[in-house]
Amino acid sequence: MKIDACGLSCPQPVILTNNAMNDNESPIYIVVDTQCACENVQRLANNKGYQVEIEKSGEKFQMKLAK
Amino acid sequence: MLRPISRFLTSRWGMIVTGATIGILASLLQKLGNPPNMGVCVACFERDIAGALGLHRASVVQYIRPEILGFVLGSMVAAFVFRDFNARNGSAPIVRFLLGAFAMVGALAFLGCPWRALLRLAGGDLNAVVGLAGLTIGIAIGDQFLKYGYNLGRSHKTYYSAGLIMPAIMAGLLALLVFAPKFSADGAIFLSEKGPGSLHAPIIISLAAGLLIGFIAQRTRFCTMGSIRDVLLVGDFHLMRGVIALVVSAFAVNLVTGQVNFGIIGQPIAHSNHLGNLAGMVLAGLAFVLAGGCPGRQLILSGEGDTDAGIFVLGMITGAAFAHNFGLAAKPDKILNDVVQVGGISSAGMTAVLIGIVFCLIVGLTMREKIQGVVR
Repeated sequence: MKIDACGLSCPQPVILTNNAMNDNESPIYIVVDTQCACENVQRLANNKGYQVEIEKSGEKFQMKLAK
Repeated sequence: MLRPISRFLTSRWGMIVTGATIGILASLLQKLGNPPNMGVCVACFERDIAGALGLHRASVVQYIRPEILGFVLGSMVAAFVFRDFNARNGSAPIVRFLLGAFAMVGALAFLGCPWRALLRLAGGDLNAVVGLAGLTIGIAIGDQFLKYGYNLGRSHKTYYSAGLIMPAIMAGLLALLVFAPKFSADGAIFLSEKGPGSLHAPIIISLAAGLLIGFIAQRTRFCTMGSIRDVLLVGDFHLMRGVIALVVSAFAVNLVTGQVNFGIIGQPIAHSNHLGNLAGMVLAGLAFVLAGGCPGRQLILSGEGDTDAGIFVLGMITGAAFAHNFGLAAKPDKILNDVVQVGGISSAGMTAVLIGIVFCLIVGLTMREKIQGVVR
């Protein structure tokens, strides 16, 4: 599943990720454009037992969350 | 050097340190002159700034609070140092402005923002429990809107200089405070000679405390509204640890400095009209969720380039002016000759709170842009 959460303010990126996790999606690819959103999604993923890979390209954070 | 600091501040302990720092500094600021149980209150202090500028003429609550200026400027410095300054603007500015204004109407019905609710609790004012209950109800309602797709749309990168407007305004206010010019014989700048507005710690200490809090809160994303929202929405206690640390540390320092006085009636700059306290904070909590942050967090965001948060702050300052010009703000309990006069909000104040709640419900129900970009 792919989620473009760029420009979405807190807590939208977390809600979209959480919805995907509730549907047992894995892997989830999510793109965010603020450090804050990146940290929040990462914390949610860690709490829910997902492995997180983050790649920064320009001002965007490409995140891969997988169980 | 920067990376370990940043990593620490975004950790669990970083959040606890942030909450504790705010609690300790707030309690000390009270000891050094700030009003009781009001070491730092974003709503009250923005209201004082509105008064100093003459946007309202309640002569007891007029002062340019350096703490507020410090939050924004400290946040800007942190954002520069950690390369996190991101000039951006989004959508629905008039909605954000009114959410700010109504959030202030709600906060002034209770007489405090969530930070002050926590500080009042730490000082033994049990009316804060009613206020925090109202805040939680408002946030729980807002969470439902979030779950069903409420959002005000995406923000976009904007001109770098646009992101500097709010810090520049705060720097300008600092100049007005330091030089305190008189623009006409009976005109602004107004500075209270009695009442809460006249109670303040030395400027340099208030400013330093504000800068420090702004700096670390920018890194840790401390937010009282977010703490309750995250627990209710996704069971995440990260921000809540900071909130608990704030209350515990402020209570501890209050105990040591003799600032704890348990009770309900006659608490400093507070009223014991429970319906007013509850309804005001329901409105405030709801408006904070719809706008994406508590008043403190909005100030911090406005310092790191978020112009949407800047609009919310300007809305709050305007709302404070309306609240006092129209007699919507609550009156504190008074004790005259051992007789308690219970304060609270006027019928106009309650009407304004109800109009605010209706406004927020309409915003929550009708502004549900479908988020493009989710692909299965």
